[in-house]
Parts: sequence; structure tokens; C-alpha cells
Amino acid sequence: MAGTALRGRLTWQLAELVEAGVETPRVKTIVFDVPGWPGHRAGQHVDVRLTAEDGYQAERSYSIASAPVGTRVALTVQRLEDGEVSPYLTDELRPGDKIELRGPIGGYFVWEPSQGGPLMLVAGGSGIVPLMAMIRTRAAAGDDTETRLLYSSRSQDDVIYRDELERLSGNGLTVVHALTESQPPGWTSYARRVDAEMLAEVSPSPAERPRFYACGPTPFVEAVAESLVRLGHDTQAIKTERFGATGR
Amino acid sequence: MGELMLDGNAIAGFLQEVFAVEMTTAIGTCGGCGAAGPVGAVHLYRGAGIVLRCPHCNNVLAKIVKNDSQVWIDFQGIRTLELAV
Repeated sequence: MAGTALRGRLTWQLAELVEAGVETPRVKTIVFDVPGWPGHRAGQHVDVRLTAEDGYQAERSYSIASAPVGTRVALTVQRLEDGEVSPYLTDELRPGDKIELRGPIGGYFVWEPSQGGPLMLVAGGSGIVPLMAMIRTRAAAGDDTETRLLYSSRSQDDVIYRDELERLSGNGLTVVHALTESQPPGWTSYARRVDAEMLAEVSPSPAERPRFYACGPTPFVEAVAESLVRLGHDTQAIKTERFGATGR
Repeated sequence: MGELMLDGNAIAGFLQEVFAVEMTTAIGTCGGCGAAGPVGAVHLYRGAGIVLRCPHCNNVLAKIVKNDSQVWIDFQGIRTLELAV
């Protein structure tokens, strides 16, 4: 199965914005209809290309946030103040507008229910997006793979998908939040950056052979991967995806 | 420097455009240390071009430069590349 749907040259195609919703003050989810969309696997991304009137083009990659459903593709985009692409996507684009997009792309940072678990997802900020696609795919498939999400955000207001994560918890899904900069009154979960001690407390043990997916800014992912190796987890079972200021 | 480092996932679209096949799951063997691993996991640095480095020994695996009409790829540090066909 792997590979069969992935062959062939990528082509740019027009995608129409059908819906947009606010996730946090800096983050929006934008849903496109992509005619002929072949479906995707959780963790894959798309490339988005914008062309200015003078022909200048800017291209960025965005993780797909949605489970595969028909020809709809949801992207969750964080607005970067000095960004070339994200402010346009979050502030300017209106339903009915079209952009160029290609995908689905990637096969390494991908999880499907058939791969099993236990699954340990570690997200830093908007690194939650491809992991949310995994959680949504798992829920849509009625899959009960044991899944734990450790999700680091600056504050409660910065937590993307907060209500949905709460709703999806249970049925084998455990969500643990770490708020690094400010915490609401009465906060009882973690109030610091993700570290080895926290990973040891939240993750299944090395003996349970969990599959790790860590996504976030590069320093976050580096720290998580180093800690997991130090805790004795198999490096082959740790998949990482880093994003920088210009990427996902 | 750490802030600028990404991984092979970041050029998945570009690689699929060039090779017409999904490349992040391809297994590359480093010509420096001999470690083998998926292309999606190699370290990537963006500057005037793109440099791919081995996540184990930091050896330069490949350099990529592109403009609107052409791509130049130097595979100096990759010994083998194994992919599903």
C-alpha cells in the first residue's frame, strides 16, 4: 500500500477557500476544497504557492490538520508578523478565493491506525497540527490505539484545538498540557518546558516500545529527541519534524 | 545555528517534484560514517542553497541550488539511496 498513492509528479492545482475559523489570537484554520484530492495520510503536508502581480512567487509548506474526508483539506496556520505568506492566508484570504497548492506530500512523518501503537505524540506550539491529524484520523476510524499527547504551549490562550482535544480524550487518548509562560489560576498540570523528567512521566516505558512523533520548532524537537534517547527509547521509533520561521 | 536547522521533510515537495516519487521514506547511507536512515530525518540547512547533513556525523550529504528554471544537485556524501519503486 505504501508508495502506491504517492507516485507521480506533483502538480500545482487551484484550491478554493471554503471556510476559515479562529483557533487562537495568532492561529487560524483555513479549509480548502481541492478538486480531485486523492486523500492523504495523517502527518502529510501541502506546499502553498502565492504569486504577486509582478510575478514574484513565495512558497511555503503547511501540515494538513484534518483527517482525510473527501476533497476538503484543512490547514492550521500561525500568523508570523514578518511572514510573506502566513499573514495573507490568515488575514486576507476570503471564502471563494483561490490559491495554488500541491500535495499530499511526505511519507516519513506519517501515522496510520494500521501501524498501531502505543503512540506518543509530543507537540510544541503549532507543531500540534500534524499530530492533530493523527488524533483526528484515529478518532474518525474508531481506532483505540493507546495514544498520549504531551502538548507544550506558552499559555492557555495559545492552546490550539483546546476544546476538541478535551472532547476527544478518553477511548485510549490521554492529553497532557504543559504551559511554559503563564498558567491560569488553579493550574495543576505542568508549568515548565518539556524535559526528560516530564517525558519519562508521560510516555509509555521503553519496554512498551512506543512510537514517537515529535513536532515543533527546531530547539524543541532537538531537546525532546535527545531526552527520549537518554531515557532509553529506540532512536528508530522516534520520528521528528522541525519547523522554522518560514515553514510549518 | 540550531534555529536554522530543519529536516528532510521540509523539501519533500521539491524532492518529489524532481524524482517523481515520495523521497522522505527513501533510505540513504552516509558516505562518511556509513549510518543509514530515512531522507526525512536528515538535517537540513537553508542559505543561498540547501545543504543536507548526516544527523549522526554531520557529514555533508548533498547540496541543492535552484532557480526558476534549473536545479543543481551535488550528492557528494550519499553512498547509496534505497527507495520503493
